[in-house]
Amino acid sequence: MADRNRRAFLKAGTLAGVLTVAGCAGSALRQPRGHVVVVGGGYGGATAAKYLRMWSARGVEVTLVERSPRFVSCPMSNLVIGGSRSMADITLGYDRLQSHWGVRIVHDEVLAIDAAARSVRLAGGGDLRYDRLVLSPGIDFMWQEIPGLDNAGAQATILHAWKAGAQTVALRRQLEAMPDGGVFVLSVPRAPYRCPPGPYERASLVADYCKRHKPRSKVIVLDANDEIVSKKGLFAKAWAELYPGIIEYRPQSELRDVDVTTRTAHLDFDKVRADVLNVIPPQRAADIAARSGLQLINQRWVEIDWLSMESSNTPAVHVLGDAIFPAPTMPKSGHVANQQAKLAAAAILRLLAGEQPDPAPVLMNTCYSFVDSRNAIHVASVFQYDRNTGVVQPVAGAGGVSSARSELEGRIAAGWAQNIWADMLF
Amino acid sequence: MKRLSALVALTLLTSSLFAQAADPERARNLAATCANCHGTDGRPVAGSGIDPLAGIEKRHSLQKLADFKSGQRPGTIMPQIAKGYTDEQLELIAAYFAAQK
Repeated sequence: MADRNRRAFLKAGTLAGVLTVAGCAGSALRQPRGHVVVVGGGYGGATAAKYLRMWSARGVEVTLVERSPRFVSCPMSNLVIGGSRSMADITLGYDRLQSHWGVRIVHDEVLAIDAAARSVRLAGGGDLRYDRLVLSPGIDFMWQEIPGLDNAGAQATILHAWKAGAQTVALRRQLEAMPDGGVFVLSVPRAPYRCPPGPYERASLVADYCKRHKPRSKVIVLDANDEIVSKKGLFAKAWAELYPGIIEYRPQSELRDVDVTTRTAHLDFDKVRADVLNVIPPQRAADIAARSGLQLINQRWVEIDWLSMESSNTPAVHVLGDAIFPAPTMPKSGHVANQQAKLAAAAILRLLAGEQPDPAPVLMNTCYSFVDSRNAIHVASVFQYDRNTGVVQPVAGAGGVSSARSELEGRIAAGWAQNIWADMLF
Repeated sequence: MKRLSALVALTLLTSSLFAQAADPERARNLAATCANCHGTDGRPVAGSGIDPLAGIEKRHSLQKLADFKSGQRPGTIMPQIAKGYTDEQLELIAAYFAAQK
């Protein structure tokens, strides 16, 4: 009797198993429906908007809210500061997202999220209702960490140029106006920050410009970190071989304050006067992500579920890109934001169809950095979802950096930019 | 008991068959990790200098990926990236791109 019950139970169990699996397979035909609002049209948000439309065969409605009329790329923007590319080269429109993919573009700013009502409040007035929300808002700066820069006037003089756009142009002008023999000081915040190799690429390209146009000038890198954060050996070699006597690297040199009128960087035990002072401030998740009740880690970065990029405490809100607390060794890069956007798009379409997301997502990163106007180096890594930790983990033995800087990688880097821009916007 | 094991075996077989067919989006999702460099669905921007993957015969691209992974084929970045994917994943990726006409 007991045995028969057990058998019946097992039978029912296995049948249920078959049905569940079958149900899963069959329901892939189920169409996702609904409205997704995407906040932020950078590498993460624009990619999410396009892939949500593309992968739903335009079945899901998508509204993209973006402040800027056009997209300006942070990757490649150091080449504009160095003088080998123009702003036009790194600026693209949102037109095709709208005309070809049918994404509704709203040039506005989101002031607040009402997660209970599933709506966002626009600065321009009115609310947008959503079934799923994608937040890809990037970073904001922690100005209070540098008291002298904690006002708009100071920020108009001492530039970051860590969000590409007007500041990129302005920093280029400061560099052009710097006299031969001038000192360009670049302050690097403690990691994590947006684009780990970016500061060292910038130092390289400013030095490249100085070498050709103002050879008596110096570039001083004040790094809050103990050592070069990314591609260390490759940058150190490039600086020693290409820019001896131009680049001076000072580790463990955290910026404490700035005297704006004398353009002086204040460290713990030292003061460094600059002709051009370029401060990359400490960063956290952008305001809209940091102040909407989403669970943060270290009070700075949004905690997410790696199967869906959904906030760990706020249902239906998916967060991408530089604003999140990353997986181990995962950089805050445009490439990673684009990959996370595809993970989120796939998961959101499943969830809108009443199904579970892909249980084994894979993410990949590639970052190219130029060390002069033609030669580039890379770092790459691959991440596989790990069920035990619930996090995408770097695959041991995969990834790595260039064996040496090369013009070949410089050409590949330019091709990378063209293709990732098309992947998100065209 | 015999019937039970037969049933279990059948279930396992069915499950694994379904597991393969269960997720038609798995290949698409994996292939999308290549798109940043190789273009959406493996179609790069003309003149970008990066190899197209769309429409490439599965046998051909799978061999290339396997050679990158084993280290037999030199490259700048692909040997490092190919090592991050399982053989099954590379097979799904190659099949997906082959089907993009």
